Amino acid sequence: MSEPVFDLTYIWAAIMAFGVIMYVLMDGFDLGQGILFPFAPDEESRDIMMNSVAPVWDGNETWLILGGAGLLAAFPLVYAVFLPALYIGVFLLLAGLIFRGVAFEFRFKARTSKYLWNWAFAGGSIVASFAQGAVVGAYIQGFEVENMRYVGGALDWLTPFTVLTGLGLVAGYGLLGATWLILKSEGKTQAWAYKITPPLLVAVLVVFGAIGLYTPYVDQYVSSRWFDEISIAWILPVLVLLCAIRVYTSVRSKRDGSPFVATMGMFVFTYLAMLYSKWPYVVPPDYTFHQAASAHESQLFLLLGLLFVIPFVLVYTAWTYWVFRGKVKAGVGYH
Amino acid sequence: MELDPLLLSRIQFAFVVSFHAIFPVFTIGLASFIATLEGLNYRTRNPVWERLATFWAKVFAVVFGMGVVSGIVMAFQFGTNWSVFSHTSANFLGPVLSYEVVTAFFLEAAFLGVLLFGRNKVPRGVHFASAVMVATGTFISSFWILSANSWMQTPAGVEMVDGFYHVVSWADAIFNASFWPRFFHMALASFLTGSFVVAGVSAWYIMQGREVETHKKALSMTLWFLLIATPAQVVIGDIHGLNTLEHQPTKVAAMEGNWETGGNVPLLLFAIPDQEAQTNHFEIGIPNGASWILRHDAEGVVPGLKDVPQDKQPPVAIVFWAFRIMVGIGLLMVVFAVVGLFLRRNENYAKKRWFLNGLRFMSFSPFLAVLAGWFVTEVGRAPYLVYGQMTHAEGLTPSLTGGMALFTLIGYIVVYALVFTAGSYYLMRVLRDGLEKSETTVTDDELQRAKRPLSAANSAIEWE
Repeated sequence: MSEPVFDLTYIWAAIMAFGVIMYVLMDGFDLGQGILFPFAPDEESRDIMMNSVAPVWDGNETWLILGGAGLLAAFPLVYAVFLPALYIGVFLLLAGLIFRGVAFEFRFKARTSKYLWNWAFAGGSIVASFAQGAVVGAYIQGFEVENMRYVGGALDWLTPFTVLTGLGLVAGYGLLGATWLILKSEGKTQAWAYKITPPLLVAVLVVFGAIGLYTPYVDQYVSSRWFDEISIAWILPVLVLLCAIRVYTSVRSKRDGSPFVATMGMFVFTYLAMLYSKWPYVVPPDYTFHQAASAHESQLFLLLGLLFVIPFVLVYTAWTYWVFRGKVKAGVGYH
Repeated sequence: MELDPLLLSRIQFAFVVSFHAIFPVFTIGLASFIATLEGLNYRTRNPVWERLATFWAKVFAVVFGMGVVSGIVMAFQFGTNWSVFSHTSANFLGPVLSYEVVTAFFLEAAFLGVLLFGRNKVPRGVHFASAVMVATGTFISSFWILSANSWMQTPAGVEMVDGFYHVVSWADAIFNASFWPRFFHMALASFLTGSFVVAGVSAWYIMQGREVETHKKALSMTLWFLLIATPAQVVIGDIHGLNTLEHQPTKVAAMEGNWETGGNVPLLLFAIPDQEAQTNHFEIGIPNGASWILRHDAEGVVPGLKDVPQDKQPPVAIVFWAFRIMVGIGLLMVVFAVVGLFLRRNENYAKKRWFLNGLRFMSFSPFLAVLAGWFVTEVGRAPYLVYGQMTHAEGLTPSLTGGMALFTLIGYIVVYALVFTAGSYYLMRVLRDGLEKSETTVTDDELQRAKRPLSAANSAIEWE
């Protein structure tokens, strides 16, 4: 086969990296509602929490399915190593997502069985968030791979480090959820969201900080990347901290929109820092994104379709958020 | 007993995919039915069509929602349990499966919302066009998934380089040898599923005396359609069978329960295949029947299972009986369609309680037939995942243990039991509420709320 004129692997890496952060930000705040659900002051607040994400949550989760299929198409090695290595975790993730998805639909239609759907929503969201955090931790840890096949055990991924990253993401999604709620609610629900944001912020900073300090010990590669020479990338953790300060000050001054935007900033810069830590390895410790990529003609074949569909989906997504802009009022949206 | 990850993974895949398949097979057919109703509504402006379309769109919404939920699991099954297969064939399967997801995504984003919520917000033509696009989209989605499956049955258009399939011709790979018969067989199966469910549910309403005139229109429509579609399925099924005879003779041998290659092979109506002894017990058959069907000649040579060693034979009893269940139900469908024609006089098809009761019963039959058909084609491919090239054992995730596979198998059974009990229960609720309640005016509250498929149905989940 002739050498392709242009290496599409970079484009696909960008698409997948973009897809992951899109998913994390968008599903993050709606998973966050589930994480905060048990602590809500009353049932009316829970209605508002759920209504604030109801129009968008399933679109958010579709990115995950697309991500799964896209990985198989563009970086099959990632698909074929991560899923076997995280076998149990993947099951927990899917079971959690199914329960919360169904809870979304049926809680609105339920009367006497409402409390059951509350539990399904909270439990499913927490399990799914934890599992996603553990995936991130497992990625940083690396996988035992021989000859492009995972050869480790069923629970190799479950270490103190991945438990920490799992909890970190639960706290992080909780913070995203709380600041989203500040943006979308008013009255006592918003007051409650304002109240829980600072403690959540502290929890996130503590766990993120612990992960940051722990990571170089878990992985030599990360350590040398950050500490061998001080590069421009050190601006990323600084930006995370600046965003955190911004969250705090805007909560103090009661600016409804800023805490959410600043929290998203924390996520984006943490994500970039993580990519920088492992780049160019996508199946650590041995395989780079080039080695994990599919054949050129396969990348091209799918890209042609996606170039048509992705702009459409983005416009549609933006339109949905636009239609449902503004505060969610109590009593609206359920009966 | 040692837990076998291979067997458990196969059971798990059979379980999750069977569970998933029943939803799309229904929605594909139903989408076309709704599009037809919307078309009639657009042309005639007769409110009956609009009422029927609105009601069935709600049923569609609930079933589509359940299909999406069970579909999430499917996107990850290939990687968790069949990672070597996925990796090896990713250059073809990855883009094809992605196109399937993208189509479903695109469809929901663009047109489903308009169909379900937009009747009074967009021009009539746009609403009708959305219904057509939803129906078309379901077909494009099934086009890709059936292409992937057909490629596993009759691989083509690829070459093996360094242990991975590389696509040399997308056209050859996508439109492989068994694709078109499978596609049309499955498309018709979806139509039959939609039709028999609509017929059965309409019959049920008619028997209860609810909105009889309206449901009678739906029933009449579907019966006319079935009169064409059921015999057509017999023909397409035959073509599909001959295609399998050409490309996967061992599968046909298992379907016929035929061990020795030769002529004058009987069509077995009953037998208990014994794989150990490589023979059948208690055979009852029509002499020369299989030879006639497959070769149109009493002397016609039918392949036998013994042409391949025993470890390369599929589990014969499953294939043999699943095939008989499918064909039996298919023939029963033809009978119902023909009886429906004879009952046209005086609109007896909507009056005879035995016929209406029969239709109610038949509304479950297409699901059974479709699953049986998939068991024939999937189990019949065994021991291969990619026919003739990669076995199930070779495609299995190497790190998978029996304990892990058992854990998730039980897990999925529990999750599905809970979730789909709730879903089916709710679907029954929507059906029980029926046409009458599907028209309660939509309030501003509801317009503020989600625009998701399931929210199109507004029944309460508990019985009152």
